[in-house]
Amino acid sequence: MVSTTQKWWPTRSELRLSWLDLGLIVALVVLVIAGTWFAESFLTQRNFSNLLRQIVANGLVSLGMLIVILTGGIDLSVGSIVALGGVLFAGLTDQIGIGPAILVAMAAGAAVGIVNGTAIARFKLQPFIVTLATMGIVRGIVFIYTETPIVPAHAGFRDLGSSVVGLVSVGMIIMLACYALGWIFLNRTPAGRATVAVGGNEEAVRLAGINVNRTIVLAYTLCGVLSALSGAILVSRLGIAQPSLGVAYELDAIAACVIGGAVLGGGGGGVIGTFLGVLTLGLINNLLNLMGVKSFYQEIVKGSLILLAVLIASRRKR
Amino acid sequence: MSAAASATAAVRAEANPPFLSMSGISKRYDATQALRDVAFSAESGVVHALVGENGAGKSTLVKIITGAVQADTGQILVNGAPMGIESPLAAQRLGIRVVHQHVSLVPHLSVSENIHLGAMPTRIGGLWIDWRAAHERAERALEAIGFSGIDVRLPVSSLSLGQRKIVEITKACVVRPRILIMDEPSAALSFDERGRLFDLIRQLKSDATSIIYISHDLDEVLEIADRVTVLRDGMIIGTMPAATTDKRQIVEMMVGRVVNDIFPDRHARPGRQEEVLSLKGLSCGARFDDVSFTVAKGEIVGLYGLIGSGRTEVARCIFGADQPTSGEIQLKGRVVRPRSPRDALRAGIAMLTEDRTRDGLVLFLSTCDNISLANFDRTSRYGLIQRRRQRAMVTEKVAELGIRPKNIDQPVRSLSGGNQQKVALAKWLLARVDVLILDEPTWGVDIAAKQDIYEVIRRVAAEGMAILLISSELPEVIGMSDRILVMRRGRLVGEVPRRDATERNLVALAAGSMG
Repeated sequence: MVSTTQKWWPTRSELRLSWLDLGLIVALVVLVIAGTWFAESFLTQRNFSNLLRQIVANGLVSLGMLIVILTGGIDLSVGSIVALGGVLFAGLTDQIGIGPAILVAMAAGAAVGIVNGTAIARFKLQPFIVTLATMGIVRGIVFIYTETPIVPAHAGFRDLGSSVVGLVSVGMIIMLACYALGWIFLNRTPAGRATVAVGGNEEAVRLAGINVNRTIVLAYTLCGVLSALSGAILVSRLGIAQPSLGVAYELDAIAACVIGGAVLGGGGGGVIGTFLGVLTLGLINNLLNLMGVKSFYQEIVKGSLILLAVLIASRRKR
Repeated sequence: MSAAASATAAVRAEANPPFLSMSGISKRYDATQALRDVAFSAESGVVHALVGENGAGKSTLVKIITGAVQADTGQILVNGAPMGIESPLAAQRLGIRVVHQHVSLVPHLSVSENIHLGAMPTRIGGLWIDWRAAHERAERALEAIGFSGIDVRLPVSSLSLGQRKIVEITKACVVRPRILIMDEPSAALSFDERGRLFDLIRQLKSDATSIIYISHDLDEVLEIADRVTVLRDGMIIGTMPAATTDKRQIVEMMVGRVVNDIFPDRHARPGRQEEVLSLKGLSCGARFDDVSFTVAKGEIVGLYGLIGSGRTEVARCIFGADQPTSGEIQLKGRVVRPRSPRDALRAGIAMLTEDRTRDGLVLFLSTCDNISLANFDRTSRYGLIQRRRQRAMVTEKVAELGIRPKNIDQPVRSLSGGNQQKVALAKWLLARVDVLILDEPTWGVDIAAKQDIYEVIRRVAAEGMAILLISSELPEVIGMSDRILVMRRGRLVGEVPRRDATERNLVALAAGSMG
């Protein structure tokens, strides 16, 4: 009755897709068929390689956002952290090298996350307000760091986002690795299970003798780290780091989580769903771009999709 | 019973025609019959007390009168005409007002806004709030009922519990009510305030208001009420004039039921065991005061008291969920000061909370997750959960407690109440603590699951766990405990060894009708 093997990876039952996941997969298939039909350049290796590069930025931010949403919170500062990670990485690469620059960028993201998490957990402030404030503060800091775009001279600077292994970019591989680690964290570690449980019933978790504050701080910290990493990979792909990078990224990340079945306020959502959400959103963007649809129409399509996803989720609950 | 019946007849003969009269009222919630063929009336200028144990059906009856829920069957007459009270608004239009047991004010609004809620005095055709008039009227309303001295401009959140109660009473009286229902109105009041409350009740009475007075305190009931109706298990046991009854008769009517023998046989406990938990003069502000007792290894100590007596609050302090203001807690002879449930758990104290859905379980997570939540230190290594170990431990407990379904990956939301409670209990059994506090361990649980839970409690006690059992169910407290402590109004008022415990003497202690 009970599986007796000790696994890090998902068991068959844990991989069983929810109806929403299956719906998303169907939507993805429909999108691919429609894409092939409407845009002739869609089904090319070049386009897919592009697509897989493009979704990395939102993919990493969405994973962080998911962890925060699972605790019942929200993080609006992710877009600013993307910019912070991006400009730090680009600005420091020439002096200290790629590896150390990435580490500094991620540490900066972690620092913002710790501030967010501490204000929310320790001082009981509302996540929406706290992260709205840090969104502004961090964006300001980014502009203090550099008002003009940074273009590093380092030869390897563009590797992270652009170099390709087989069909996928290095950035994509990093993103997939983060998703795998994210899954293990949420399903196989005490801290991860506590994260999921806090969003369901914080008081029950506290009374079970778990440090709820630490759990919440950890969630925002991970979100900050992932957002900063996303920024580093993004500027590597673009080859230029602008201080206005990542504006409104929080919206796409929340959208991907919600489309993937995450419940704002906690109580549902997972890595697989979020991954499918990121893929769906990326595919729609890509397709509409290829079809030459203006960006404001794209916003309408995305908005409608979010409403539809939430509607389906609420129906299913009843 | 015949004495009570003739008393009822006598009351009926002398009474005025009732303003509100209900007959044949029944109400069922899922599996529980909350009210069964109840007849009740409220006459003008009469204080009618409603008494009964927790769960006897008092609140359901009040909810029906105030339109919060609808009766399944039965008739309600208002001024002799059949009337449906289909919503709280309809009840208010009929002049039915309630002072709830738990204060229902908006904390961050001012006293005057709360008193006038929904009917603020305005100017310029409702566009502008006339604050001066609002404050003046609120002050006058407070004075009229005999409680001046509260600043009506202050937010309610800055008032004491007693003051809030007064605001609540004022709010109910601001439009002269026809029927005023008061649910434990004196619970948070000082002696002086209570005197003034009684003055107010007498004044309302002389204005022909009908008052339905609910209280656990029988002294108080006999002092203020004209008539007393006793409810038990959803049925009216009797209604009698307050002048011709006494506490003994009321208590008898409240508990008069046989103790079901669903409790497992107890093995004789070996002589004096070492003390595991010991409280010395523990106090926590206004919640409870100077509570001292001990629980020995393998002992089950019952803690009985009516709602609001402070028993849950004591437990929360022991478990670190609240902080005591003075006194100390000793665990195996060492003083402990748990600052959080986490501290308490580390020290070896666990608590099964009263309301499993509110603070005991994460409903959308699985049985396995819920049971693991308090036990990660035993199921994980290097920050990773050892799945095999975890699932084996959980599965063993699931089998031991007979949790259905056996599938440990099912979300606990889909489990029955009894199985949910077993999951909550399993979490603590796995944690291997020295002291287990059980707060209403069989609340809302069916008989079969109850029996299972009783057996498990007995077994873990026999294995050496010290157990503090808090319960409002008298048969449970008496059937399970080695000794029973009784609390009343935040104080320990008695300790009864199991062989001397009867429902009657426990209720008498808890309701303050002894000595």
